[in-house]
Amino acid sequence: MVHTSYYLLLAAMLFAIGAGGVLLRKNALIIMMCVEIMMNAVNLTLVAFSRQLGSLTGQVFVFMIMVVAAVEVAIGLAILVELYRQIKSVNIDDFSSLKG
Amino acid sequence: MSNYIWLAIVFPLLGVLINGFFGRKLGRRLNGWIGVGTVALSFALGALVFMQVPGLPEHAQRVKLWDWISVGSLQISLSFLVDPLSMIMTLVVTGVGMLIHIYAIGYMEHDKDVARFFTYLNLFIASMLMLVLSDNYFGLYVGWELVGLCSYLLIGFWFHKPAAADAGKKAFIVNRVGDFGFALGVFLIWTTFGTLQYAEVFEMAPAISTTTITIITALLFVGAIGKSAQIPLYVWLPDAMEGPTPVSALIHAATMVTAGVYMITRSNILYTLAPTTSALVATVGAVTAFFAATIALTQFDLKRILAYSTVSQLGYMMLAVGVGAYSSGIFHLATHAFFKALLFMAAGSVMHAMRNVIDIRRLGGLKSKLPVTYWTFLIGGLALSGFPLTAGFFSKDEILAKAYEFNFLLYAIGLFTALLTAFYTFRAIILTFHGQPKDRKLYDSAHRESSVMTTPLVVLAALSLLGGLMGLPAALGLPNWIEGWLEPILEAGQSLTGEMHHAALGTEVMLILASSVIAILGITAAWWVYVKNPQIAERVAAKYHSAYTVLFNKYYIDEIYNKLIVEPGKALGRFFYRVIDKAFIDDVMVDGLAKVTKGFGATVSGWQSGYIGNYVMGIFVGSVVIVVYFFLR
Repeated sequence: MVHTSYYLLLAAMLFAIGAGGVLLRKNALIIMMCVEIMMNAVNLTLVAFSRQLGSLTGQVFVFMIMVVAAVEVAIGLAILVELYRQIKSVNIDDFSSLKG
Repeated sequence: MSNYIWLAIVFPLLGVLINGFFGRKLGRRLNGWIGVGTVALSFALGALVFMQVPGLPEHAQRVKLWDWISVGSLQISLSFLVDPLSMIMTLVVTGVGMLIHIYAIGYMEHDKDVARFFTYLNLFIASMLMLVLSDNYFGLYVGWELVGLCSYLLIGFWFHKPAAADAGKKAFIVNRVGDFGFALGVFLIWTTFGTLQYAEVFEMAPAISTTTITIITALLFVGAIGKSAQIPLYVWLPDAMEGPTPVSALIHAATMVTAGVYMITRSNILYTLAPTTSALVATVGAVTAFFAATIALTQFDLKRILAYSTVSQLGYMMLAVGVGAYSSGIFHLATHAFFKALLFMAAGSVMHAMRNVIDIRRLGGLKSKLPVTYWTFLIGGLALSGFPLTAGFFSKDEILAKAYEFNFLLYAIGLFTALLTAFYTFRAIILTFHGQPKDRKLYDSAHRESSVMTTPLVVLAALSLLGGLMGLPAALGLPNWIEGWLEPILEAGQSLTGEMHHAALGTEVMLILASSVIAILGITAAWWVYVKNPQIAERVAAKYHSAYTVLFNKYYIDEIYNKLIVEPGKALGRFFYRVIDKAFIDDVMVDGLAKVTKGFGATVSGWQSGYIGNYVMGIFVGSVVIVVYFFLR
């Protein structure tokens, strides 16, 4: 059986990749995808611990997160599409009209 | 009937409501007659109750309407007292007040705001009745403040004239100074006695320490100094002449200014228990009487001469109550109300006829133009001078006799003041009514006197002649009605000091002769100076130029007060305005807080860059910091 620490390592790597993407990329679509990667890294951690501890709670949690994520993506994409219609861009540096 | 005495206050208040709310719709004629009618009703009621007073048990009846203030141990009811003193005051207030109201119809006939005038006038009558009828110090204080308010409103009635508006403010502020002391006195009465009701206070008073009573009476006297225009707070009264003449007659001669005398007479037991305060009252009174009379010698404004003589006569009343001659004080109060209201209204009649000219240097020879005014003014002047057998003669003589028994110096001041009084009164009469008109054009354009104005003059002239019958000198074996009438009020105080005794017959006769001689001497001197040798007045004025200037400028009291009190007060006001209000409260507190918030917002809003990357970086760094913190803990 694969040791839990590998799963955690993988999850950490995925999270770091996602975080790096969110921080560095300017394309809103890519950023959203990176957020998904981070979220799935968390899911992976939860499932890994669920297996380790022999408890289903973690897995139930993951399903919950997936549903929320689906909803979030739907709304996020809708906002993005509408934004694109307004300013013809998906570059987040162009979304700065709310600065103080 | 005496149970319904509160109606005497309600009637004028109804007049206030009617004239105040619907006055302009009712028309000028009706305004006046509502004003007169309501006061006449009060007078009629007062007269009916007055007759019943001797039949009341112990000559007094409390009429309680309802509990007014009920807070813990502080219980104050709205209740009135019917007794000889309150009823005599009621009659003076409503009787003289009614005549002045009638006169005002004529006097104010060209004014466009008659309704407002009669509203204020009726409100004054109601307030004054509240003052004299209340059976406790609280009601007295309420009335005391209300008459002050009415005085302010009526002095400033022609508020478009800056002088009138200023005089109103001056009267109100100076009165507030006195009222402050009065309020403290009432507070001290409450803490000492636990009640404000006259009967209870006076019953407990002999058991209280003399020091406390002295402080209470002194504080109450401070109020009387303000309201009754004594030194050092008399300055408002001469300026109050800026108001319409009926106001000067009603408030600033006959009624309101005598409130202090009434209050001291009402509290006669307290003052009897505090000989120190009484001596102070007598001294202040005598000095005021003399001081004001000297100023009156040199003035040229007819109404101001009368105003200073009012201050002087109030000084006599204070002298009377100070030496313990309370009934003489009230007697003089009543006769003074008659003849001084008469003099003011006659002066107003002159003003009315001469198109508001009141400077006696421009008048003269009005005897034939205004015969009724002349004769009534002459009668009033005789009474004021204390000419034998007029009302003022008996009352003033009685005060002087009591002062003589008390202290010879006070008597001497009083007697000398009587000489000055006779002199300046007849100086005014001669310059106004005799000789040649000094301003021919003005003289020829004089209005005729109207009967609505002269009728009250004639009535008051009769009272000024016959009012002395109220208090004939008892020492000569004549009946002194007023002393007997006020006996129930004064007997408790007298029993503390022993019976008031009358001077020996010889002394009394001598004093009466002295008063008569002095009055005639003063009148003759005025005649000699202003009729026989008209140039002598100017020569005397030129010879004693510095003394004359000081008198003419009223001892520079107004200027001194300006320098010592008003200017420092203004400087203090400016300091508080500029430093405390403007610099501290406005700039530091209010604007300062706003500036701090605004500056903080400006700084912090810079962080909201609008770039999502920055926010994400913030979130990321924050998360890392939190995680590191929890690991390292």
